[in-house]
Amino acid sequence: MATYDASTDGTSGGTGRTGGTGRAAPRPSGGAAQAAGIIVLRNYLTYRSAWKLFLTGFLEPVFYLFSIGIGVGALVEGFELNGEPISYAAFVAPGMLAASAFNGALMDSTYNVFFKLKYDRLYDQMLATPLTPADVARGEIAWGLIRGSTYSAAFLLVMTAMGLVESWWAVLALPAAILIAFAFSAVCMALTTWMKSFQDFDKITLAQLPLFLFSATFFPVSSYGDGVLRWVVEATPLYRGVVLCRELTTGQLSWASGVSVLYLVAMGLVGLVVVRRRLATLLLT
Amino acid sequence: MTTRQLSAREGLLRQLDYWWTVFRRTWRGGFIASFVAPLFYVVAMGVLLGGFIQADPDRLEGATSYLAFVVPGLVAAHAMQVAVDETTYPVMGGIKWGKTYWAQLATPLQVRDIVNAHLAFAITRVALACAVFMLVLAPFGVFASWWGPFAAWGGQVLVGAAFACAVMAFSVRLRSDQGFGVLYRIGVVPLTLFSGAFFPIANLGVVLEWVARATPLWHGVSLSRMFSLDHVDWLLVVVHLLYLGTVCVVGWRLAVRGLEQRLEV
Repeated sequence: MATYDASTDGTSGGTGRTGGTGRAAPRPSGGAAQAAGIIVLRNYLTYRSAWKLFLTGFLEPVFYLFSIGIGVGALVEGFELNGEPISYAAFVAPGMLAASAFNGALMDSTYNVFFKLKYDRLYDQMLATPLTPADVARGEIAWGLIRGSTYSAAFLLVMTAMGLVESWWAVLALPAAILIAFAFSAVCMALTTWMKSFQDFDKITLAQLPLFLFSATFFPVSSYGDGVLRWVVEATPLYRGVVLCRELTTGQLSWASGVSVLYLVAMGLVGLVVVRRRLATLLLT
Repeated sequence: MTTRQLSAREGLLRQLDYWWTVFRRTWRGGFIASFVAPLFYVVAMGVLLGGFIQADPDRLEGATSYLAFVVPGLVAAHAMQVAVDETTYPVMGGIKWGKTYWAQLATPLQVRDIVNAHLAFAITRVALACAVFMLVLAPFGVFASWWGPFAAWGGQVLVGAAFACAVMAFSVRLRSDQGFGVLYRIGVVPLTLFSGAFFPIANLGVVLEWVARATPLWHGVSLSRMFSLDHVDWLLVVVHLLYLGTVCVVGWRLAVRGLEQRLEV
């Protein structure tokens, strides 16, 4: 403690601190998990006063499921999934599960992070403590995953109650949804660090909506024919997430499911590395 | 100190330059949300999903394709969304963040004038957004007559006006912007999804069908669709106009009174 006090006096000309970047303080013994836990706890405390917002977040995908799955489903003649007929509601529901994990992750890791980064200057404050940029990245993403997985779990229960789950593999649909949320949280948080103003959020909408609407969420990928367009769609991350969830709730797993998992894991890890570096350059220099 | 009371027209005209400046500086920001986004919906739901729907005019309220059915509903829902966007956060901004209402009130303007100008701005945004949307849709061949789209546009503007008035009455009473998030999730989203924009409300079953009929958006969707498809039931048109007109008047009165109480004049 004594050395710390001495270094706060800038006029003394002392050489108490060598790093000069706020990293001199020792890390608490709990390590990375404890550090991330502190950030999760902070988010929990702030959301406690906004519980209505938290609670209603779950309703949105359920509304979509009822409206599109049942209302529009009465008009659709039904699809075939790998040669087997499937009701429109059973087709759309896993798509909604994946899409809501995607949308939730996107909201939390863009708007909220941007606000904390630029307006609240919250991360500057956090880094003035023993927390590191990696802790901030992990903590924020962990919070997003906790929030997203409560929604996903509730959604899966609704799906089961409506008889839209056809296989025990559906138990794995929850981790799959969390994986989707992880991949998008990490990448979107990384992208957010490059944003300059709220005008840039237009670009997010511009990417979010087509991903949401065209990732085989509402209709099979065969709508695109067999050309280049179909390959493009199949290479997008949300499409991988949507088919993964669909394969799990219908029990039609294949090697492609493994590809989806690897794709999403890799995407998330890359995002995490970039976030850590970007936060370090943005805030510690 | 007393000031001469302005006429409603004068009150509105004096704020023209202010709102024109706001428009000039912000229209680009809303461009993608109010134009590109709905077009994605038309392609995804109307064209691609519509490819899997066998169009039976008896089940689709007279439409010969799902695209022709869904498009007038989407534009009406869009009118609602633009109206809500303009009368939620910007209204709270006027009271709480930017405090422009207070500044305007320090001039001879009255609360009534401030409400009128803000609503006029919101409705203009709705009218423009819907007009552009309808123009873009024309080449898709979804309109049944040349005059129908104009009447449909009138219906869309009216439903936008109804939402602008009603939501402003809500916003002037709100203390925290959290309420807006909840309004979107349990108001705007379910209305968009269940007010007959995406599927005939007959698919909802008897009870929910009547709930849908009671919502203002359904009246707008129905007006927009009847005129677009040239499948008009004039008695129903009168009901829609009366309903939406009433929402406008009641909403406007509540907005003025609410803002008067809030600003303590």
